[in-house]
Amino acid sequence: MGTATVPAGRRPAGVVPARRRPVRPGRSPSARREARWAYLFLAPWLVGFLAFQAGPMIASAWLSLTEYDVINEPRFTGLDNYRQLTSDPQVARSLGNTVLYTLLHVPLVMVLSLGLALLLHRVGRFQGFFRTVFYLPVMTPAVAVGILFLLLLNTQDGLVNRGLALVGVDGPSWTTDPDWILPGIVLMSLWSLGSTVIIYLAALQNVPRDLYEAASIDGAGRWARFRTVTLPMISGALFFTLVVNTIASLQMFTEVYTMYFGNRETQNRFNSDAATFYVIHLFQEAFQFLHMGFASAMAWLLFVIILLITLVQMKLGNRFVYYEGDDR
Amino acid sequence: MSGTLLRRLPYLAASTGAAVLFTLPFVWLISASLRPREYVFGTGFLPLPFAPANYAEAWSAVPLPTWLFNSVLVGVAAAAAVTISSAWVAFGFAYFRFPGRDLLFGLVLATMMLPFAVTMIPTYLIWSELRLTDTQVPLWAGNLFGSAFYIFLLRQFLLSLPREYFEAARVDGASYPQLFWKLAFPLIRPALLVAFVFEFKASWTDLLKPLIYLRNEELFTLPRGLKVVLDRFGYGGEQQWEVVLAGSVIATVPMLVLFFLAQRHFVEGIATSGRKG
Repeated sequence: MGTATVPAGRRPAGVVPARRRPVRPGRSPSARREARWAYLFLAPWLVGFLAFQAGPMIASAWLSLTEYDVINEPRFTGLDNYRQLTSDPQVARSLGNTVLYTLLHVPLVMVLSLGLALLLHRVGRFQGFFRTVFYLPVMTPAVAVGILFLLLLNTQDGLVNRGLALVGVDGPSWTTDPDWILPGIVLMSLWSLGSTVIIYLAALQNVPRDLYEAASIDGAGRWARFRTVTLPMISGALFFTLVVNTIASLQMFTEVYTMYFGNRETQNRFNSDAATFYVIHLFQEAFQFLHMGFASAMAWLLFVIILLITLVQMKLGNRFVYYEGDDR
Repeated sequence: MSGTLLRRLPYLAASTGAAVLFTLPFVWLISASLRPREYVFGTGFLPLPFAPANYAEAWSAVPLPTWLFNSVLVGVAAAAAVTISSAWVAFGFAYFRFPGRDLLFGLVLATMMLPFAVTMIPTYLIWSELRLTDTQVPLWAGNLFGSAFYIFLLRQFLLSLPREYFEAARVDGASYPQLFWKLAFPLIRPALLVAFVFEFKASWTDLLKPLIYLRNEELFTLPRGLKVVLDRFGYGGEQQWEVVLAGSVIATVPMLVLFFLAQRHFVEGIATSGRKG
């Protein structure tokens, strides 16, 4: 692969020799001038960080302690919103759905993507073609994906149940049976696993061949080589996709909103409780019911949950991930 | 040679099977969009009876051309803004040595973890305060300040360039902005394209921001418009699924074309994102 190749672990032969001590401003006029320019280059990000990230986070924390409907001034209510969070059945339901979805989606995507990547790793010059096929669903706009699967999962006429009927299975009511809505959404989400496949494929290509040869000489079979060479060597990529996919699926919104929300008719027709994801509920509280304070509290709860899960994953990652250069 | 092919055969067969499975939804989407209403759910994958008029109907039943135009406009603005600003900031991190640099760069990376949902409400209040809700400005203007992932990507790329280029230009009297525009910018063109196509795709697909900011249908981008088509012609309305499907194809095709044109850059970007782990 051509362009942005700075292989993991190797220090780029770079513009900045990283170990040289930074020049302190005030040493020489030219160093001071350089530092001034540096901050000028960083200025857009700094402004954006303060205005659209740090500022809003603080504002959101403050709003979460108020009752605010956009029209009237925010009214301080202390921890009321957080108390309400713990007792609101809709919050519990949507959080439960989201966590369950994440627990199903992430491992399935990782296992299937790894399987596909291992296949594609061995198909030689056809690899590019297959890579394209598996990536095209990722290019499909999420709203179109939602629409497409609403029809593919149709109980009587959908392609999925017709396929199941071919093998003698009487397919469930994916879009209307509350027990099957979530599995249907998981099924849809698997269609878009292309990015993960590409990441694994890139990782597999970086595994040095001589490691396999050495393992073979030591008498390692296919499975042993996979376990002792492949898995450790791509553990960085596995870990990365675990973290990123988890964060993304905890924020699932567009496809499900397209399918089951935003329209009184659809919202009533389908048992939308079963499809209420956390960010969908948050969006509705904020922008449909204008409960900005309560929604801010919901947002902070989500932030804390994501932060905790990511920290736990990082902790586990340090134990299991092999980084090139560890043993140097 | 034929030996390797024989050894590859089982893998090829399995890959082909999976590829067929992943392609079927597309085939169904396109052929169903070309069938008359009562045949949308018809059996088979062929567009028979053939009804291309569905597209004409979708095109005129809703302001699809306007939405298409809006999506292109917003997408280009969002992608150009984020690419140029991220490159500018990345140059700051890659070229200069200054106190606090590594700490700041760590902060840039940390913001990648920040969920959109946390900043969504105050950001809305900012744009509302600026009287810019129900305009397309909030859909792209936030990108003028750079974005963590692209800053990371472009910095990596800049770091791989030999510093001597820049020092030589400095000796010749080039200013820092000249270093950036005349030297760095052209040299990192492949990485700039990665950032551009990624952001264009992200903007093209986004539903949440248009849902939050846009009321006026004339301003809608395609995903927001497509949601209207679904609600009006799908379950909510007369079950004119052929119109909904034709609209979905119209929204999807530009992305497929973009992928075929810029395939290398997409693969590059994704593989790089995996490598930073």
